[in-house]
Amino acid sequence: MNAIEAHGLVKQFDGFRAVDGVDLAVPEGSIYGILGPNGAGKTTMLRVLLGIIDPDEGTRTLLGSDRPISQSRNVGYLPEERGLYQSMRAVDTIAFMGALRGLSLKEAATRGRVLLEQAGLDYAADRQIRQLSKGMAQTVQLLGTIVHEPKLIVLDEPFSGLDALNQAKLERMIRDQAAKGVTIIFSTHVIAHAERLCERIAIIAKGKISFDGLVSTARDRLRPQVHLETENMDGPWRSALPADCKAEGNWWHFTLPETGVEPLLKALVEGKAGVRSLSIERPGLHDAFVAIAGESVAAEMDKPVAGELL
Amino acid sequence: MKEIIRAAYVIARRDFTAIIYSKAFIFFLLGPFFPVLIAVAAGSLGGQIAKEADRPVIGLVLVQSESNRLLAARDLLSETMGKTYFTEIKIVGNPASQGARDPKDYLKKKEDNLSVVVTGSLEHPVVTGTRQAVNQEKAKIELLAGHALNPGAIKLPKINTDIVGETANNDKQLRIMTGQVGQILIFFLTMLLAGMVLSNLVEEKSNKIIEILAASIPMDSVFLGKLFAMLGMALLGILVWSSVGVAAIQIWGGGLPSYPTPAVGWPIFIGLGFVYFILAYLMLGALFLGIGAMAATVREVQTISMPVTMAQLINFFFASYSLTKIGQPIEQFACIFPFSSPFAMIGRAAQEPTLWHHGVAIVGQIAFAILLLRLGVMLFKRNVMKSGSAGKVKSDRRKLFGLIPMPG
Repeated sequence: MNAIEAHGLVKQFDGFRAVDGVDLAVPEGSIYGILGPNGAGKTTMLRVLLGIIDPDEGTRTLLGSDRPISQSRNVGYLPEERGLYQSMRAVDTIAFMGALRGLSLKEAATRGRVLLEQAGLDYAADRQIRQLSKGMAQTVQLLGTIVHEPKLIVLDEPFSGLDALNQAKLERMIRDQAAKGVTIIFSTHVIAHAERLCERIAIIAKGKISFDGLVSTARDRLRPQVHLETENMDGPWRSALPADCKAEGNWWHFTLPETGVEPLLKALVEGKAGVRSLSIERPGLHDAFVAIAGESVAAEMDKPVAGELL
Repeated sequence: MKEIIRAAYVIARRDFTAIIYSKAFIFFLLGPFFPVLIAVAAGSLGGQIAKEADRPVIGLVLVQSESNRLLAARDLLSETMGKTYFTEIKIVGNPASQGARDPKDYLKKKEDNLSVVVTGSLEHPVVTGTRQAVNQEKAKIELLAGHALNPGAIKLPKINTDIVGETANNDKQLRIMTGQVGQILIFFLTMLLAGMVLSNLVEEKSNKIIEILAASIPMDSVFLGKLFAMLGMALLGILVWSSVGVAAIQIWGGGLPSYPTPAVGWPIFIGLGFVYFILAYLMLGALFLGIGAMAATVREVQTISMPVTMAQLINFFFASYSLTKIGQPIEQFACIFPFSSPFAMIGRAAQEPTLWHHGVAIVGQIAFAILLLRLGVMLFKRNVMKSGSAGKVKSDRRKLFGLIPMPG
């Protein structure tokens, strides 16, 4: 069963198609990444999926309901634009967010204190948000997102603005929640995060989804790359190398042939090529992304954002 | 529906608590006292100045013995009439002495501050002064002169008083005054609160919290919660102001101004005033929330809300004007038009005893408030949650109607 399903979603803003015919399926219990450069339509798509805004065309279901807001109690959402009441205490903030999602204020406050303790922030429970560091405030907001123990967590650019330590904490939290069977969907323009965390991804650019599936499937779109170092530069074994082979000193780089590595190895040995080194490298998600979305989109993704860690 | 109310309660509770624990609430509570204090201070100072500047004095230019008899008559009659009944009397001249002057000369002397001058004799007094001053003092001087000439001849009965607030012939006119007071109170409270609810929403948008709210609960709940939080604050304010007012009356005495009984009676009039205040506030608040949904900054809010504020002022004047036109088409229109309806209907309650009109008006106003709220939610969903490139495309047009691009 899918936690989220969308068919032909379109959202226009004065003629501009921010989301353009999106089909999507997020299986229950998966960690699902939405990859795309800034302005690709990730945030709008998440907002449409969550029912914050309605689509102009198409249908979507969230946890089986076509009225996403009716599933609010089962959903946790961390928007890209972080916002908290500055004069509210940390524990009250978590309690308020829990109360919004259907918990009683008392129950939410109790859970909030436990979560803060687990996050090592119990000392800050009674401090106002304005008295916390940015990282601590973000953690408080994240705890507010999960306090009601949702079945689905939606995170919009969750790693944005976090330092390395907090990024690692967030990754751990995502894995912990996934281990409990919670479905997690997050958007990012940093491929490394998706590669480390996701089983499935969608690649989005200019409002359209160009790939939706397993990370391994995306990577399998590219053949593995072979890097070969030989003692000899010439011999009958050269005919066994594929046509796209590039020479670089004693190094040979080429795509693994469809026939596999065994026939090549046999030819190298029999032809006395003198194999010094041979490695077969599976393509990374970045390579797959370039192949799927194109160089220009990949270049957009690679643009560094100030203060951002990959 | 149950979920909408539950979520609205969560929002209202948060907003209400945040407001009453803020410094702004102290200023909100103190707000009405500043004009009252200023009015009291200015009134007291002005009154004192006026008292000193305008305290009239009657100047006597009679032979000494007659002046003394007139002063003695004043002292004696003052015991019966009260000390402030007679104007102060001062001997300013004596016709027997050399250098007696024209009475007009005495009136010109600024330091004596004379309103009239009495010359002649007790039997034939001549009062000189302006027409108004002469009319004011003539009867009293006659009384004093008569008593001075023949003490004991005048016997004044002791009068008991029984004051009534209204009489049949001036009933209608006075009830208009009651209606006007009701309208003014509703108008000022409504404008004050609607402005505050608007600022609150804009602050929330600038805090970026609005997206969390929009993802968690129906926007109807957000708007409803905000409206009712502010209403709760207003009711608390009214409670505090009333308590302070009652305490002040208890401590310093005095009393409430006496207004004529409205046609529907005081309890129903106050109840209707309360209901119309709530409805006027809900309608205007919902309208302002709709405006807040379109605006990104406080400046934009001010720009867009200014015409609405002016329009509301026109509505108020319109309803005030219709007060004297009960039953006429213009008054009926003021009662039907939603934004002027609460003001016009409270005016009607002061003058007309029919109650079913109010039932119809209240239902209509509730329906219109709901309609405005839904419209605000729709505008919010349409205009606010835009992101990324969509926002960039709109950036030029948002100068006219504020649309908020969010990065994404």
